[in-house]
Order: sequence, then C-alpha cells, then structure tokens
Amino acid sequence: MLALIISSTIMAAAPLIFTALGGVFSERSGVVNIGLEGLMVIGAFSAIVFNLAAADALGAATPWVAILVAMAIGGIFSLLHGLASITFRADQVVSGVAINFLALGLALFLVKKIYGKGQTETILMNIRKVDIPFLSDIPVIGKLFFTNVSYVAYAAILLSFVVWYVLFKTPFGLRLRAVGEHPMAADTMGINVTMMRYIGVFLSGVLGGAGGAVYAQSLTLNFSHLTITGQGFMALAAMIFGKWNPLGAMGAALFFGFAQSLSISASQIPFLENVPSVFLLIAPYVLTILALAGFIGRADAPKALGDPYIKGKR
Amino acid sequence: MDYVIEMLNIRKEFPGIVANDHVTLQLKKGEIHALLGENGAGKSTLMNVLFGLYQPEQGEIRVNGKKVNITSPSVANDLGIGMVHQHFMLVDTFSVTENIVLGQEPTSGTSINLKKAEKDVREISERYGLAVNSRAKIADISVGMQQRVEILKTLYRGADILIFDEPTAVLTPQEIKELSHIMKALIKEGKSIILITHKLKEIMDICDRVTVIRKGKGIGTVNVRDTSTNELANLMVGREVVFKTEKSPAQPKENVLEISALAVSDSRGVQAVRGLDLSVRAGEIVGIAGVDGNGQSELIEAITGLRRSESGSIKLNGKEISNLKPRKITESGVGHIPQDRHKHGLVLDFPIGENMVLQSYYQSPFSKRGILDFKEIYKKASALIQEFDVRTPSEHTPARALSGGNQQKAIIGREVDRDPDLLIAAQPTRGLDVGAIEFIHRRLIEQRDKGKAVLLISFELDEILNVSDRIAVIYEGKIVAVVDPKATTEQELGLLMAGSRQAEAGEETDV
Amino acid sequence: MSNRMMNILIPVFSVVLGLLAGAVIMLLSGFDPLAGYAALWRGALGDSYYVGETLRQMTPYIFAGLAVAFAFRTGLFNIGVEGQLLVGWIVAVWIGLAFDLPKMVHLPLAIIGAAVAGALWAFIPGLLKAKLRVHEVIVTIMMNYIALHASNYFVRYVLSDRKDSTERVSESASLKSPFFESITDYSTLHNGIFLAFAGAAIMWFILEKTKTGFELRSVGFNQHASEYAGMNVSRNIIMSMVISGAFAGLAGAMEGLGTFGYASIRSGFSGVGFDGIAVALLGGNTAIGVLLSAFLFGGLKVGALVMPEANVPKELVEIVIAFIIFFVASSYMIKWLIARFKKGVK
Repeated sequence: MLALIISSTIMAAAPLIFTALGGVFSERSGVVNIGLEGLMVIGAFSAIVFNLAAADALGAATPWVAILVAMAIGGIFSLLHGLASITFRADQVVSGVAINFLALGLALFLVKKIYGKGQTETILMNIRKVDIPFLSDIPVIGKLFFTNVSYVAYAAILLSFVVWYVLFKTPFGLRLRAVGEHPMAADTMGINVTMMRYIGVFLSGVLGGAGGAVYAQSLTLNFSHLTITGQGFMALAAMIFGKWNPLGAMGAALFFGFAQSLSISASQIPFLENVPSVFLLIAPYVLTILALAGFIGRADAPKALGDPYIKGKR
Repeated sequence: MDYVIEMLNIRKEFPGIVANDHVTLQLKKGEIHALLGENGAGKSTLMNVLFGLYQPEQGEIRVNGKKVNITSPSVANDLGIGMVHQHFMLVDTFSVTENIVLGQEPTSGTSINLKKAEKDVREISERYGLAVNSRAKIADISVGMQQRVEILKTLYRGADILIFDEPTAVLTPQEIKELSHIMKALIKEGKSIILITHKLKEIMDICDRVTVIRKGKGIGTVNVRDTSTNELANLMVGREVVFKTEKSPAQPKENVLEISALAVSDSRGVQAVRGLDLSVRAGEIVGIAGVDGNGQSELIEAITGLRRSESGSIKLNGKEISNLKPRKITESGVGHIPQDRHKHGLVLDFPIGENMVLQSYYQSPFSKRGILDFKEIYKKASALIQEFDVRTPSEHTPARALSGGNQQKAIIGREVDRDPDLLIAAQPTRGLDVGAIEFIHRRLIEQRDKGKAVLLISFELDEILNVSDRIAVIYEGKIVAVVDPKATTEQELGLLMAGSRQAEAGEETDV
Repeated sequence: MSNRMMNILIPVFSVVLGLLAGAVIMLLSGFDPLAGYAALWRGALGDSYYVGETLRQMTPYIFAGLAVAFAFRTGLFNIGVEGQLLVGWIVAVWIGLAFDLPKMVHLPLAIIGAAVAGALWAFIPGLLKAKLRVHEVIVTIMMNYIALHASNYFVRYVLSDRKDSTERVSESASLKSPFFESITDYSTLHNGIFLAFAGAAIMWFILEKTKTGFELRSVGFNQHASEYAGMNVSRNIIMSMVISGAFAGLAGAMEGLGTFGYASIRSGFSGVGFDGIAVALLGGNTAIGVLLSAFLFGGLKVGALVMPEANVPKELVEIVIAFIIFFVASSYMIKWLIARFKKGVK
C-alpha cells in the first residue's frame, strides 16, 4: 500500500516538477508566467500527436522522442508570451491568460483538423512503469521507492538539482536572477536584459512542454480538452509554495502529488476512507493559500517580477 | 590637447522636450571635471548618453581621440567608462562580491569561482582604500558602503573614466570628505573623473574644471581656479541668485506640536525613533537636520498617523493625537507635504483638479450623501490652481503631465488651503529648479508669518540653514541638539549629524 | 492623437487584427476564411434565434466582464471570477430548489444569494491582499479550483441524491422569459439581460459618481497616496473584491436561473469567468466598453457553433479571442503601429 502511494505520488508529481522548474526560470528572470497551463497543453498535444504518428517507426523510443519534440514546440510557443510581455510590454498576467486561451484553442483546432474529431486516439507507446535495475533490489527502500516507477519521475527530481545548481552556482544563474531583481543594474553591468528574459521564458516553455508531454504520455494517454485541467496552475502553485527555489518547488510538487494520489486511493486506506474526497481534492489549493498567507513562512517574489524593463526609464 | 573623453555638440530629444541641445564636454586625463546644472537641466541625460543608456540624435563622442559609437553600457565598459549611479545599481539580495563581479564572473568549470572573486574584490578594495565587507548582503550594509561597492564595480571592470552622479546627496558631511579623498586617490592612480552635481561648494573644493549646462544647453567650461561660487551660480541659473531667503525674525507663540519620548519602529521592526523629544511653536519653522535613515521618515509617519508609535506622546494643540487614524489627524489640523510627491502626494493618473481635493473630497460641498459634485470640485481646483500659480493646460490634465515644480505647487496649495495649524514639509524642494525652490520657501515662510507652525525635514543643509528659525538635529532616532541657525555652522551641524556627542560640539559653540 | 481616440482605436484595431490572425490560420490549415466567417456571422446574427442566443450569451459575459473590470479599475486582477461564478451558480440553484415562495420574493432572493456567495468567495482573497499583502492573482486561481471541486461535491451529495445534476429550479425562481422565447424562435434568451444592463449602469455610477468610487479608483492608481490622503486602503481593497465577486456571483445566477436552470457536475470550468477577462480588457474596463465587448464575444462564441457548417472547427474562435487579448495587452505595439502609419501618411 505504502509502495503504491509513493509510486503514484512520484508519478503525479513528475509533470508538476518539470513545469514548476520552468516557472522558476521565467519568474526568476522577472516574467510572470500564468501561461504554464497553456504550455503544458501545447506539450501534451505535440507529444501525443508525435507519438501517434511516429510509434511505428520509433517503437519503444517514441515517448522519449515525443518529450523532446514537445520541449522544442513548447519553447517556441512560449516565445509568444515573451514577445508580448518583454518586447511589447504587455501586462504579463494578461499575456499569460492569452497563452492559455491560445494553447487550448489551437491544440483542439488542430486535433479536429488532423483527426476530424475532438480527441485523439490512445497512444500505444506510453511511458511505462518499471522496476529500476539494481536499486529496486535494495531491501525495503528498493521496494518502496524504486519498484513500479518510471525513469522520468527520477529525471524530474534530478533535474531540480541541476536547475538549482544552474541558478545559484553559475554565472548564467547569477545574471538571470539579477535581471529579475534589478534589471537596470544588470543592464549597466552589460547584461542583455531582454535576452536573459527571453531565455527565462523560453526555458519555461521547454520545461512546461516536457511537463505536458510527461503528463499526457504517462497518465491520460490521449489528447482532448480534458487532458490538462489545472496541472499548469498546480505547477504555478508549487513554484510559489517552493518560494521560487527549484528544490522547494520540487518538494511542493511532490507534496501535491501526494495529496492527489491520496485522493484517488483514500477509499482503500482505513484511516482516510470516511474523509470525503473533496477535501483531498482541494487540499493542495488550500495549502497553497495558507502558505501564501504566511502560515508556512513568507515567500518573497523576485523584486522586478511583472515589471517590463524600459531602457533608460527614469 | 590630451582629452580622454570628448562629447561634441550632443543633442538628445525626448518626446516633447529637448534634454540636451548641442552640449560639449571635454575631459582631460587626470582631472576632476564637474558637470554643473540645475535639477532637470539635462546633466543625467548627457551622462546616460556617454554611458550608452541613451543614443544621441546628433553630435559625436570621442574616446582618446577616436570616434566611438556607444550603443550600450557594455560598450561603455569596454571603453573604460564606468558610472557610479545616484540611485545605486545594486541587487539587494546579492552579496557585495556578487554585485561587483556580476556580468564578468571568474569561473572554474561551469560554476562561479567565488573564492577568486572575493580575492579580486579584496585586492582592488585595498589598492584604492575602499573598505567593504565582501560577503555581506547589500541590504544589510550602510549607504556609504553601498557607494563604495558602486565604485568598486567600475574599478573591477577596469574603468579609467569614472562618472559620479550626484554622489554626495545621500552622504554625511564626513562621508563626503572621505569620498573626496577617494576621488583624489583615484586621480593619483591615473583615473579621470566627471562629477555631476548642483552643489557649488563641492566643485570649489575638489574639481579642476567645470562645464555648466542650463535648460539642456551647454553654457561653457571654466577653470575652477578662475571662478567663484557666485559666478557659477549665475551661469547655472542664468540670473542673479539670492542665496539667503529674505525673512523677518520669527515671532513664536505657544507650542502647537509637542512630542515627548516617542518610539517608533521601521518596517523591519527595528526601532528607528527612540525616545524623541521635539516641540514646534506657532509662528516658527523648525528644521530637522540629519542624514537620511536616522528616523526622519518614521517620525513624520508617526505624526501623520501612517505608522504606529509604540510609546511616548504626540500632542497637537495640547490634544493627544498619537495612533489616531490619518484622517482624524488631518482633520485636527495637520497638513503634510510628503517627501516623495509621486508616491505619496499625488494620484498621477487622476486629473490635477481631482488631486486638489484628495484630502477633502468627502466633505461638503464636494460630496453630498456619498455622491460627488464634480462642479464644485473643479471650481475649487481652478481657484487653487490660479492662486498657487500651477502651470497646467487645464484642470482636467492628468497630474502626471505636469512638471515637478508645478506638481509640488499643487500639493502645497492643497495642504495650505485647508489652513492647518501644523504644516509638515518633507524635502519639499527635492529635484526642483531654483525658481520653484524660491517659491516654495516663500510659501513656507508665509505660513509661519500667519502664525502657523512649520516642521521642515530636509537632507540639504543649505535649505535647513536658510529657512529654519530653529534647527533640531536628528541622529539615530533622537534629537541630539537644537541649535540656532544664525549661531551655527555647517561643520558643527555636520558633526552633530554624524553623531559626535554634544559635549565635543559644545566646546565650539554654546547650544 | 488624443487619449480618448486611442482608447477607441486600440480595441478596434485589436479585433480587426485578431480576426485577420484567425483568417490566416484558416488559410494555413486549408479552410476557406470567407466561408468560415460567413458561417460565424450567420450563427451570431443570422436570424432571430441566433440574435437571441447571442444576447443570452452576452448576459453572463456582461457580469463577468464587469467583475473583472471593476477589480481592474481598483488595481486588482480578479482571475477568480470563474470560481465566484460557480459558487454563485450553486447558491442560486440551491435557493431555487429549496424554497417554495412567491416569485416576487423567490427570484430576488436567489439572485441576491448568488451575489452574496460570489462576494464572500472574493472576500477571502481581498482580505488576504489587504491584511497580509498576498497577491490576489494566485489566491483567486487557487480559489477557482476549490470552487470547482466544492461545487461538484455539492451537486452530487447535497443538491441531488448522488446524481450528475440537480433538478430544475422552480418556476418561481426562474429567469426564463416566454416573451423572449416567442420573439426569438425559442432561443434561451432570458430576463437576465435586463439585470446585466442594470449592472453596467450600477458599475458606472459607483465608480464615476460616488465618493466610494473615487476612493476605489484612487486606491487602484496609487495606494500610498490614498493612504496619505486618509483613505482606508485595506477596506477599499476588500470592498473592491467583494463588489467584483458580487458581479461574478450574478453571472453565475444568470446561468443557474436563466440559461440552464440547474447545476451539474463539471469536469472543467465554464470558461465564462476567463472570457470575462477578455471582455473587460477589450472594453477598456469601462461599463459601456464591457457592454460592447460582451456583445462581440457573445456573438463570437455563439456564432462559432455554426462554423462547422463551413468545415471550420469552432475552436477557431478561441484562437481569435486569444489573439485579441494579446493585441489589446500589447497596446504599446498598436500605438507604435498607429504612429508609424500616421508618419507614413504624412
């Protein structure tokens, strides 16, 4: 039972982790990204379409290639958000809302165009759960953590550490954070603010695309208007809950995954069987609000978050 | 001639205004060259052109005789031009070292080599005598140290030409002295300096030559040795300037404001005002002299009800007003010209007319049973606009579109019109030109002569000395001395402001 | 160019550009844009039935648009209109089902109940913003999901006996209009449209004419200056959210008592709350602007259903709406384009 909850927690968290890490890049550079939901939609859509088209040719490698394709398309799609909010100085929240509209509209429009109906077929080459060699043989831990899981989940956790390293240890990370905190200071130090912000947004598209691809290929297995319903916003919540820190975001995503897997398997757990599932369903959101309200420690957003940078403005 | 920088006939336009109109500035190697002009004359614009933040429409820039095209700050950096900004360009959440190396980080592998960075910073700071704590976060260090970090940033990038933009505005007189030593040390190391300022004394003290601009136009360059403060002032303003504001002796009467043992905490919870005593009488202007950050803002906010006071009392005409709602305090007779007029004084997107009733919109005749009477509001507004000579195309123009001086006149008109017993003026002339400054000083004195109490807070010692009838020096949240402006000197005030104890100062003059 | 002129030109340009973008997408996907837009036009205003449907769709859009616009004008971004709408919907249906009262009492009670529910739902983010400086965007997004799950729970376990939808509200709480049905060929147009117009008038009056509106706008533009002027910033923030939420709750009442007449389990959001953002933005956050843009978006949404007749998927309209939002938000770009255009003419 415990093993089941742990494995489904990690599985549910993986797409959130990818997407939340994307959000960290974008918001650390100073660009609000409410469009994470839309980026996941685009990622899910492109992964499923690619998967269906290429399964015969690529076989078992299909879902992994599909993730890469979704990352590329997500990245390109996110540049629209960059264009509006960085170059055209649009309100970043509004632009993010537009991204969400556009992603869903465009994806469904294309699904109908390609397949002639509102949803795709189910993919055959999905991201499978496996027992990880060697690690799953470790007594107790192996059974709990490394049995019946997917590589992609551990890739997500590993990636959080990589992103943490990039943000806090490399010149690139220092510059990205400087742009999000005090763009004018960064500009006077010869850092190209616009470029850094585009990179931040682009990475959010890449990772949001990955998140959507992972979600669709491991959980829903097709694409329709119901594929991504709030996972992007959940990832946004995880990012804030995690205080714009990659490791914090990962922790929050795991926690949300845990709440989700509980809400599904609660009826089988003696202690929780009488709790209406609605409480578990709303738990992540309530907790995020509580976290924001400061009951779980105050989070400070990057200082210049949401402000377009206008060169030489006094 | 050996010029390191030549800016020839620079012209820079912004929508609606010409900020620089054929300005020429030539910097010799190894000199401290002042760029003098009033607020709004176009000094910062000119320097931002040199630093690559703006592109000029006309004119050319030469560095070491070679024509260059400075398209961005990084081009300026490469040419050896560094700028110490008036509003520090520092990331608060980063350490001193991170701020200095940002953009040119030493690396080992893929990561930043923090050890080497710290070593480099230490080396430069020792070489030029700029003491900093390389690991401290910017948010935790003093303003003086922040400025040294700004200077180190330019030196780390190998700048040979340093631009200082109004560097003394935020410093104590002692820190200013220290800064002039630093500048001279930099010259010895072969650097050249442009000093942007509107303070004549600084120029006479440390500069070699001075270029004057007025209303965007270049007026000319003179040797400091061959000029005087009076001549510079005339060049800067374009007419004779009266330095002393004319006023009759004060006729103080009863206490209007009485503060005793007041304690107030700042936003971080640190006590900023600690047991402060102060009184202001009807018919006098009391000036509060002090370096920024010694509790002035918290004091004003406590008097006006914007911040809770923890203990002590604030009495207005004998009645306790501490911790009342701001509106109650306003209604009991306090007028307030806030320090930051854009942030606190005006709703910039409202028409100037509606800003004129920002304190009284809810009262009759402007509001009846919750419904506003805009006819009455605009009637009042146009009367005030006329009386206080606010230059605006119409009372429906957004406040944003007005010049700083006219915005300030509008605020003063609004506050004075309510006929408050106590008028608080915080930095009322900051960023204004000489004409507007004179107008505002006259209005403050006029209030005094009508028997009102005026409390003036300013970081400009000249202003404090000029306008006040009594000067209260604030240091670390306390009034450490009250002196007579006629019987004191800038040096003495400077010492008091820097916290040197009363006893030492007292030897020079009797307080 | 005057500001007022810009305020009219920017939305008009955005709509034109949005429709052009939609046409380009149709062309690229091998559809006939002219046929597509002709079908859209037919489906929006082609005959009395479609006109009725467009006006019906316009009704909740007006309220949702007013909700977003009202908060915007006071400096807040209420992304939670969707959630406030859902709770308003549920409460309206609950009152409509639970009581047996004369219509004079029952209908107003159900409508007011919805407004109060929406207001309370918005009170929470307002309170958190005012007292703890928590950003309202994130809180309202979270509140949307809480509303979605909670209202599903209510439909299943409280308002019905483990069914997927409730019964129809009783006649005495219904907004249905036999008169509108008769003149619009049995469209679902209902009396809520009158309320929506009244709502727009109320918003205009509050913001432009009252002392409260003056304070709300002042706080919206500059909290610090408002505080200095003795206004109670916290109270104004909360009030703004509450009024905005009340409008959103009314949008829910329009759906619960008018269009549908019941509530059901939903797998996702109604979308009306999010469309309200588009409505408000395009309408420049003014009452009259909201009316006009609600009409436009109502027409687009309803007309989209007929687009498949021209073989164009109805989602094209979502794309067009998204582009319109992009263009309105990027008004900097449009101003620049207009300036260029004017220069070119000279």
